[in-house]
Amino acid sequence: MELLVFVLASVMVLAGAIGVIAYRNPVHAALGLVLTLFGIAVHFVSMEAHFLAAVQVIVYAGAIVVLFLFVIMLLGVDRAEDLTVEPFQIQRPLAVIIGVAISGLITAAVVRGRSTLGERIDSGVPGDDNIRELARSLYSDNVFAFELTSVLLIVAVVGTVVLTRRQRGGVDK
Amino acid sequence: MTPTTTWYLVLAAILFGVGVIGLMIRRNPLVMFMCIELMLNAVNLSFVAFARAFTDISGQTAVFFVMVVAAAEVVVGLGIIIAILRRRPGATIDDLAELKG
Repeated sequence: MELLVFVLASVMVLAGAIGVIAYRNPVHAALGLVLTLFGIAVHFVSMEAHFLAAVQVIVYAGAIVVLFLFVIMLLGVDRAEDLTVEPFQIQRPLAVIIGVAISGLITAAVVRGRSTLGERIDSGVPGDDNIRELARSLYSDNVFAFELTSVLLIVAVVGTVVLTRRQRGGVDK
Repeated sequence: MTPTTTWYLVLAAILFGVGVIGLMIRRNPLVMFMCIELMLNAVNLSFVAFARAFTDISGQTAVFFVMVVAAAEVVVGLGIIIAILRRRPGATIDDLAELKG
């Protein structure tokens, strides 16, 4: 059963990822991204990270992808991009080589260091305790970082408003 | 046969590689941003896998912060993209070489 969930979610993740880089239309790429994010959320549930799975669906698949689609529609760039034209001939094969090499290196490192991970340990935290444990970690050990994220979000909001504001009658526009 | 931590880490490695390839072959700035999200999610997946392997909640805390930073990054990045594309509609990454030395 667990194996089936893993295989199905992995197929979702990889199919969505391939869709993101292969679809010529940015809207379709965004939908591929949703598929990937849902697959990751399924993996989170099967690894008993229930809170993160919920946040993954709400924040990533909900807010961030909607933001992407909103910008695509706002800018009107939802026409298909011609992927056959490539100004730098060497770029595409080089990109594939580098990507495969990075994946291969990480995989080799993981397989080589497999013995240090040990076999699957049943996590000591049952499902209901996950949120409590996470909150304890957030609000005690990492409370300073947690407060800093609020500053980060405020700065991001203000920065975006400043960036996208139209200059009224200025020479800049 | 149940999936071990190694399986999740290999899946994360493949997902990261796909994100790298997409970042380098696509020229639409929005799609490149989506590829960055793919890479971030690959890292999140391996964080959670490690958190389960070592029965340590700190991995999930790290994922929480990665999500916050990713949200802020997307907001600012899309703001920059809007500001650029409003001036030069249809610009791809290759067109934005004005600061090239």
